[in-house]
Amino acid sequence: MKHLLLVGFTLSLPLAAHAADPAALVQEKCAGCHALAAPDAAAGPAERAQRKAPPLHYAGNKFRRDWLAAWLQKPVRIRPAGVFPPAHAQSTPKGDVVDPAALPPHPALAAAEAEAAADHLMTLKPLEKLVEADRYEPGGIALRMGQMNFGKFKGCDGCHQDTPERGGVSGPELYTAWQRLQPKFISAYIGNPAAWDPHSMMPGAEMNADNVHKLVNYLKAIGEKQ
Amino acid sequence: MTKQLLLAACLLGFGGTALAEGDAKRGEMLYNVYCSQCHGVKGDGKGVNAAHMAVMPRDHTDTKEMSARTDEELFKVVKLGGKSINKSVLMPAWGRNLADEDIHALVAHLRSLCCKK
Repeated sequence: MKHLLLVGFTLSLPLAAHAADPAALVQEKCAGCHALAAPDAAAGPAERAQRKAPPLHYAGNKFRRDWLAAWLQKPVRIRPAGVFPPAHAQSTPKGDVVDPAALPPHPALAAAEAEAAADHLMTLKPLEKLVEADRYEPGGIALRMGQMNFGKFKGCDGCHQDTPERGGVSGPELYTAWQRLQPKFISAYIGNPAAWDPHSMMPGAEMNADNVHKLVNYLKAIGEKQ
Repeated sequence: MTKQLLLAACLLGFGGTALAEGDAKRGEMLYNVYCSQCHGVKGDGKGVNAAHMAVMPRDHTDTKEMSARTDEELFKVVKLGGKSINKSVLMPAWGRNLADEDIHALVAHLRSLCCKK
């Protein structure tokens, strides 16, 4: 019995240690692929091509905490063509293709680790001023009008999917964006991606705040249907 | 006199091609990061997004089509987007992501893709 207790205690040590030091857990589990500090703007856009995963240094300004904790336990692909599509694209006579099976999967964390990691990541808020400056308030939009705005009028569907079957694949899919991301982050990021990430592959919006908010309301409408 | 004329012509010549004097090697790197998703890793207009688009991206290896565009037009469409030259909104404006010298570098790379075979 004593032996069993000892084994149980020993097995629980790593989790207990991580719970006591979630920063160390995130460093160990995440930093191998994700940047936990802001990219060096002076490095220039070539830095973007080297990334293995999205930066997490502003995770607390970006994600919804409970979604993050759940996703870390059962990760599913958000970027259909990977974090840097040109690194995976193969030229074929019919056009460039990315084989999803060739993309590295995101490792799953145990429940306690995921909860601790999510809690720590949510403390990373270096860009709070961008969120605070945003005036977005959730509102409604007719799905049909929202889809036309997202596609035909603004061209977001060139790079992003608004359903699993429709839209470009180089950007993250957006049919679950509302579940994943804080509303004001979505708005502030669309408004000025380079303020968040100097090497963002998302073009800066040529539109006013009202038009940005219409796009966010469309993501809300489709996200709430998921 | 002849020498002076030659010098003047030479200087004018440089001025006239200034837009194409961007750093094509840097342009190639920038093209890979910002353009290849739609225009293709080979610049043939068949990027990973192309199959999902209502309007096919420009084939930058098409010498005839690309020769019909001036460097100024190419600079403008990269900086201000497709709408600025009455083309598709699917071509975004990159002026808030890229400095003018980067766009000049992209134009230089476009000329390498289309017209230096």
